[in-house]
This record gives sequence, structure tokens and C-alpha cells, in this order.
Amino acid sequence: MEYKVAGNKRTSFGDGGDGGGVSSRLSFYQNSSDVDVSLEDFEQFALDRLRVLKAIEEARTRGRKQEDVDTLVIDLWRKHMRTPSAADLAAKDMISHFVLRLAYCRTEDLRRWFLGMETALFRARFRAETPDAQRKFMEDQKLPYKAISAAEFSSVKEKLGQVARSLNQPVPNADNTFYKVPFEEVPELVSARRVYLQRGFAFVPRDQLASIVVGQFRGRLTKALALTNRLWTTTIAAEEKDRLTPIVEALSMRYLGADYSQPSKGYVGIQDLDNLAKKSFPLCMRHLFFNLRHDHHLKFGGRQQLGLFLKGVGLKLEDALNFWRSEFTMKMPVEKFDKEYAYSIRHNFGKEGKRVDYTPYSCMKIITSTPGVGDHHGCPYRHFSQENLRAVLEDQQLNPRAVEAVMDKVRNRHYQLACATTFEAIHGCPSDGINHPNQYFEQSRKALQCDQDEVPEKGQQSGMVQNVSPHPVESTPLPVP
Amino acid sequence: MRSGPAAKDIGFAHCALVAATSFGAGSMEVDENPQRIAAGQPQPQQNDFSPDYLKLYYGRLFPYSEMHKWLSYGNDGKHPGCDASFFSRREFSFTLEHDIYLRYLSFHDAAALEAAIREKCPHKIDIGAVYNVDPSKRTAYSGAGGDKVFSPVERELVFDVDMTDYDDIRSCCSGADICLLCWPLMTIAIKVVDTALRDDFGFEHILWVYSGRRGVHCWVCDSRARRLTNEQRSSIADYFRVCKGNEMNGKKVAFTGPALHPSLLRAYTEVLKKYFEEKILPNQKLLAEEENFMKVLEMVPDDNLRSQMRSKWQSSSSSSEEPNSKRWKQLKTFLEQGKSKGQALRRCVEEIIFSYTYPRLDMEVSKHMNHLLKAPFCVHPKTGRVCIPIDPNNCEAFNPLEVPTLSQLLDELNRVDTELDPRQKDWERTSLANSIRYFRTSVLDPLARTNKAELESSYRAKLQEMASKPNLSW
Ligand SMILES: [Zn+2]
Repeated sequence: MEYKVAGNKRTSFGDGGDGGGVSSRLSFYQNSSDVDVSLEDFEQFALDRLRVLKAIEEARTRGRKQEDVDTLVIDLWRKHMRTPSAADLAAKDMISHFVLRLAYCRTEDLRRWFLGMETALFRARFRAETPDAQRKFMEDQKLPYKAISAAEFSSVKEKLGQVARSLNQPVPNADNTFYKVPFEEVPELVSARRVYLQRGFAFVPRDQLASIVVGQFRGRLTKALALTNRLWTTTIAAEEKDRLTPIVEALSMRYLGADYSQPSKGYVGIQDLDNLAKKSFPLCMRHLFFNLRHDHHLKFGGRQQLGLFLKGVGLKLEDALNFWRSEFTMKMPVEKFDKEYAYSIRHNFGKEGKRVDYTPYSCMKIITSTPGVGDHHGCPYRHFSQENLRAVLEDQQLNPRAVEAVMDKVRNRHYQLACATTFEAIHGCPSDGINHPNQYFEQSRKALQCDQDEVPEKGQQSGMVQNVSPHPVESTPLPVP
Repeated sequence: MRSGPAAKDIGFAHCALVAATSFGAGSMEVDENPQRIAAGQPQPQQNDFSPDYLKLYYGRLFPYSEMHKWLSYGNDGKHPGCDASFFSRREFSFTLEHDIYLRYLSFHDAAALEAAIREKCPHKIDIGAVYNVDPSKRTAYSGAGGDKVFSPVERELVFDVDMTDYDDIRSCCSGADICLLCWPLMTIAIKVVDTALRDDFGFEHILWVYSGRRGVHCWVCDSRARRLTNEQRSSIADYFRVCKGNEMNGKKVAFTGPALHPSLLRAYTEVLKKYFEEKILPNQKLLAEEENFMKVLEMVPDDNLRSQMRSKWQSSSSSSEEPNSKRWKQLKTFLEQGKSKGQALRRCVEEIIFSYTYPRLDMEVSKHMNHLLKAPFCVHPKTGRVCIPIDPNNCEAFNPLEVPTLSQLLDELNRVDTELDPRQKDWERTSLANSIRYFRTSVLDPLARTNKAELESSYRAKLQEMASKPNLSW
């Protein structure tokens, strides 16, 4: 695909064409006809799209339900991408996508972020289309999914009914269209047992069709991003170094979330850990930390989650090795530890293997992890039973009203809000929202620092917590000192 | 066998030498152990494994050519569609004595594999993924910034079921121990997973292997399975994930809707219900002992009913001949009656049965293409038992305590040396024979037919593509 950027110099990026053009409102962004675009629009369109993508991220980290996110996305799309005409909108859609693709192709993290947000955007837009428009889109894109015949439907009707009832959904009848697709194309439906599987084929109801088409979108964009990255490193970055490159680089920098792979505030020593864990670790890390202290062992998932967090907190490699060794060797010989466990600690610090400096896990990653029997990692708000969570919160000296406020968030599956509510109850000050355990830690250090500087006697503060977060967090009474 | 007769002779000489040193100079005979034979059920003994035995095993019994045939997937033939580099791009890893660990080994052919195994005598052999380049030459590609990054391209879909993951429901033994009372849990896992892999996912080439100690491994060898992405592997592992408990969450299984998913329903009616009532319930004394029945009752979501059952069972003596099935009937009756109180109680019988029987897979093993898994026909150093294949169609007959041990196999070799039939391979004279024959006829032969058909059709497709695509590169 080619764009003429005003100034007589043509920039080409994207991948080989399918000639699909912009005839359909939705697009796989495989190609587009040439468009003229001014440098101002080049940047402005991209920023407008970025606002939509950032809002999607925000909604998702707040644990919003899929349907709610979809509705929100459509509203945001209308608001930020408004243009005088449909043709203009199609052009703006294309241009903004390809500019951001260039901006976000440059590192693995950027690619993953862009892929996730663009996929969510596409999903919302696809689902908002009428059935006819969806069918038309699938035909245009030559997606080979055929609806099953009435005869085939009746042969599997009972099974399809069982799947629906297992999900508390109405039993389908002959009016509901089902598509038969290879199970490989709908991993998310397979994971949750949301489809009937028969000898390698998944029977996908029409309203789940989005999953398949979204899977295609995701797959194609993944490949395209790799290709764009190669074009960027081999030619575009150098050719455009005076014109597009600075704009493109600024676009991704400007909106990147905090990076916790390096400690922001100096280093901490082993002797500080117990105190820090008590005062400033979020529940997930406290739980891991004190289990490790108690059992002198953690399974792999727990070691990763806690180990990377501690690195972000500021524990140096040598101290980390000593810390883990001193715990583990209460139950095993030093040689065994050095042989079997030291490697992965060094690995996390980028000293072994691929030598990548690994980033501490975000809330999203922790919430979506799947702790099994014997595991202690994961998000307590998500993975503990209500009774256990309640007990842990009471241990933390939360008063009954605060506990109820947290449990309420948990029941509504707003795990990060639950964590923020806990933070507020413990620290007696508002949280800026919790997206990352290390963010919790840093907010906590900051809050406690203020306490020390200004109010020497903790517990003298009183009154209700103020709500400064852009998303409403109910006021939570302070813990009784 | 790729290795010629010369190589074999060397092997024999070598073995004889080892045997002489380990069994005392001058005697090639291993003393028979009358006790073990009398016991009928050989228990592992401390001399079931030794590095010297292992050398003999690798020298005379290990099925090199079968392993090579398997992992070549038809690329060892003369067909023009064969990929001659295929086998050599497979990662192996060896764990040597004293836990020395060698990763990223690769071998050009069966003879190279055999030579390395005989020389290093690994206590454990792991099989990894097939990579885009020969793993032993991977450093040539790393860090160069080129397009070719060392990465896995295909790998069997694998599953690992380990008895330690069932510790919360076993009262017969725990940790690394297993016995015939808990082994039915593995039988259930094989039956349920095997059926779902075939009927739900459409796979055909499925190899089950005893892990040598306390569990089973599964290798799905269909080309479609080998090409799955990590995301797709994860989705299959999750599909089998029913027990969602962790240490801080008491509830292990929770069904929401008024029906079971067809795959779970099939497992329930065909396997779980029967095995729970006939094996697990009595074997684990689930309702006979207070400690156990309290755990079962924790799953009943009705306080009244729970305390009612508790006091009833606490007061009645458990010495009656079969308290388990009697009490299970009682509990079921009460739960049936309570159905009117809502769905929670209605699902409770199923939830209990699933908690105590449904397979618990080690998820991490299945989710990543480059995860290593112990090769079939390895010997477990702690038990001396060989990791032999298990026939899923007859898995209830599999007895882990009767799996041949190294010392038993060497006994058998020595015992019949006198009536040697030169046409017979060594393994044919031991109790490994059935396992290797099963591997050949039930795994390799069907696989060979599929390999051939797939090789042929992909080759034809390639020719067609080349013929139809206009060459625009001028
Ligand atoms: Zn047992």
C-alpha cells in the first residue's frame, strides 16, 4: 500500500495487496488505494485513533465486561473518528491504522499492545454490524465459513442444546445459524468449552462468529506487524529520519504506560523486605511472600510472579539469589537450589538464556493466570474463595464496611477496583487506580512517605477518602487505628 | 536398525565388560531372587537400578530404530517430498549421572542417536521440539540480527498427569508413592483424555506412556497436533480443566448451568460415575473415615444438610462391612430431595464426582511447544522401571507395579542366553517384547500410513503450485 504524504515524497508501508480497498466499512487493513494525506492529518488522525485504543485499555484493566467494553468502544469511535463523510471516515480509518502500525511495530511490547487493542476495536465494530453486513464482510474477505445444513443441525441439535444449557443460555432452534469451523480457529471458545466439538470441528453459533473473524484479524495483523517492523528497520526509519520518523517515534513514547522492569527508586536490601511486605505489598505479593517465608518453597508460577515483582521493587540480583537461597535451603541442600532454581532467578534478571531483562507481571497477566492445586500465585481477589479473601482482609485490619466494599467489587468481577479499594482502606488515601503490583507498591511508598513527612503519628487522619480517580470508586471509611 | 552388524558386535563386547565388573569377575549370571518371584508382584528394590544396568539396557534393549522411525514422521524414506533435515532439527536433552544436564542435542540419524546414548548413558532422555535449524548449531543464528531466529516449528501435543496433583483426594499414599488403590485415577485420566482427543478434536495418533513412577504422559502425534500454536495448545489444555481449585480456594469444581457440556457429560456417564462408585469411593474410603467424609461434605452447599449428614455418620459405627456405598446412597438421596432448593444442590453429586475423578493435567507442560518431555522407553532412576507405552483401549489392565525393571530385564536376558536363536533380537526374549511390539503395530504402523499419504499429497500440492504460479522474478 502506498500513501502520498504531502511534500512529493511517497511513503509505502503495509503489505502486498488484495485489492479489497475500502468498499466495506470494516477492514482487515490488508491494503488500500493510494490516499493523499498532509503531515498534520498524518499525526492528528493517529492521535484520534490512539485515544480510542487507550480508552479500550483503560476499560479492560478496570475489569469491564466484554459487552460494556464493546458499547464503550463504539461510542468512542464515533466521538474521536468523526468525519464529514463516509468516504472520509474510511480514509481516516485506513490512515490512522497504518500510521499507528508503523509507530507500534518497533518492539515486541509495542506490537503486543497494539495487537490487543486493535483486535478489541475490530471485535466491537464487527459485532455492531448487522447480520447482513457481517455476512457481506465475510464474503468480501473470502472467509470460507459455511453455515451447517438443516439436516446436520438436527443431527447435533441435542449436543448444541447441552452446550447452551451448560452456559445458562437459551437452547438453540433451527432458526439459529451455526457455522462449522476447525477448532484451531476459535481457541477462546474451546478454552471455555463454549462450543460443541466433533472430530476436530467446532460448531459456532452466529453470535459467536465474531470470535472466528476476530481470530483471522488477529492472525493477519500479527504477520503484518512483523513485516512492517522489518520494513521499518531496513528502510523507512532511515529514509524518513527527518520527516515521519520523529512523529512516529513520539506517537508510541507519548502514551506508553510506566515500565517497572527497572526499580524507580533505588535499591532495597533483604533486611527491608519483611517490613515492606507488611506495609506496602499488594495482597497478591504479600500472600506469596509470607507463604514463602512459611513453607520455604513456592511453585514455579509463584516464584515468577513474586521474583519479578521484587526485582521491580529494587532487589538486586545478588540479593535476590541470597534471599531465595536462604528460604529454599531450609528445606533442600544448597547444591540442589543452585542447580535447579538459581538459573531462573538469573534468567529473570537477564543473566541467562535469551538475556532479556524480564518485566514484572501486570495485574492483567496475574488475573488471567490459572493457579492450580498447590499454587499460591494469581490475584487473591480473583482466585481466592470469598471466605478466604474475607479472612485475609480482616487480617489486614480492614473494618467491616471496607471489607464489604471490597467484596462487592469482587462479586462484580472488578478485581483491580477491589485492590484499589483495599489500598485506600489501608493507606487512608485515594489510589490512582491499580494496574500493576509495582504501581501499588510505589503508590504505597509515596503515601507512607507523606505520612512520615507531614503527620508523624499515623492514624491521626480522619474523615472519608476522597475520590480522585476518573472512574468512580466508592468512598471507603478508614480502618480503625 | 541403521547400525550395522559391526556396531552391534562392539556393543556386545562392551556390555560383557560392564557385566563382568558389576556382577563379580568370572560370573555372567545374575542371581535370581527367589523372594521376588514368590511374591508374585515384584516391588521395586534398591538394586533395580544402577548405571551399569543402564549401560546394558542401552547396549542391548533400547529401541533406537523405532524411536528414530517415530520421530522422523516419514521423512526417513526415499520419497522426493521427504525433508532430510527433519530428524536432525529435533531437540533432545540428556540428564547424566550427578544431574549433569545437556540441552539442545541433535542427531543426524538413528546411528548417531544410538552412539550418543550408548556413550553418555543418560539417566533421562527428554524430547523437545523440532526447530527451524539444527538445535546444536543454534548459536550460529542467534544475535546476528538476521531474519532467521532460532525457534520451534513443530512439536507433538503433550500431556502430563502426575499423581502428586491428586494428593488432596488420596488417603492411601501421598507424594511420589503410588499403589493399586490410587492408580485407577490414572486409568480414568487416560480414558477421558484419550476419548476427548479422538472424538472432540479428531486426533488419531495418540501414544500413552507410563512415566516410570507416579503418572502418565501422552503424545498426540497427528500432523495437525504437531503444528498447533501455543495459544491453541493452551486452549486444549484449558478445555480439560475442570478442577479449578488452588490452595486458597476450597471449591474445586463448580458447574453453573443446568446441563453439562457434552464432553463432560460423556466422561461422566461413560467413565467417572462408574469409577467413582466402584473404585475411588471404596479405595480411598471417602465416606468411611471422618477426615475424608468431612472433605466430601464441604462440597455440599447447604448447612443444614451438611450437619445432618455429619452427625448421622459420626454416630453410626463405620465398622459395618461397606459404609462407603451405603453412605453414598444416603447422601445422594438427600441431595435428590434437596433439589427443589435450587440448582446448587442439583449439581452437587456431579461436582463431587468430578472433584474426585476428573483428570488433573499439568497445564504448563501442554501449553508450550518447546517444553521438554521424557522419552518413552527411558528408565526411571528411582524405580528402575521402564517408561513403556500403555494401550488406552486396555488401560484398566495396566499395572504400574508389574512394569519391567532394569534388573528384571537383565535377569531375563541372562536366563535364556543358552537357547539363543540368532534371528531373535535381544528385546524379543524379555518382557519388554510386548511393549515394543505394541509400539510398532499400534503406534508406528498407523502413523506410517498417515505419514505416507500426507507426504504424497503435500508433495503433489507443491508441484501444482510451482506449475501454476507464473514466475515474475525476471
Ligand atoms: Zn495409593
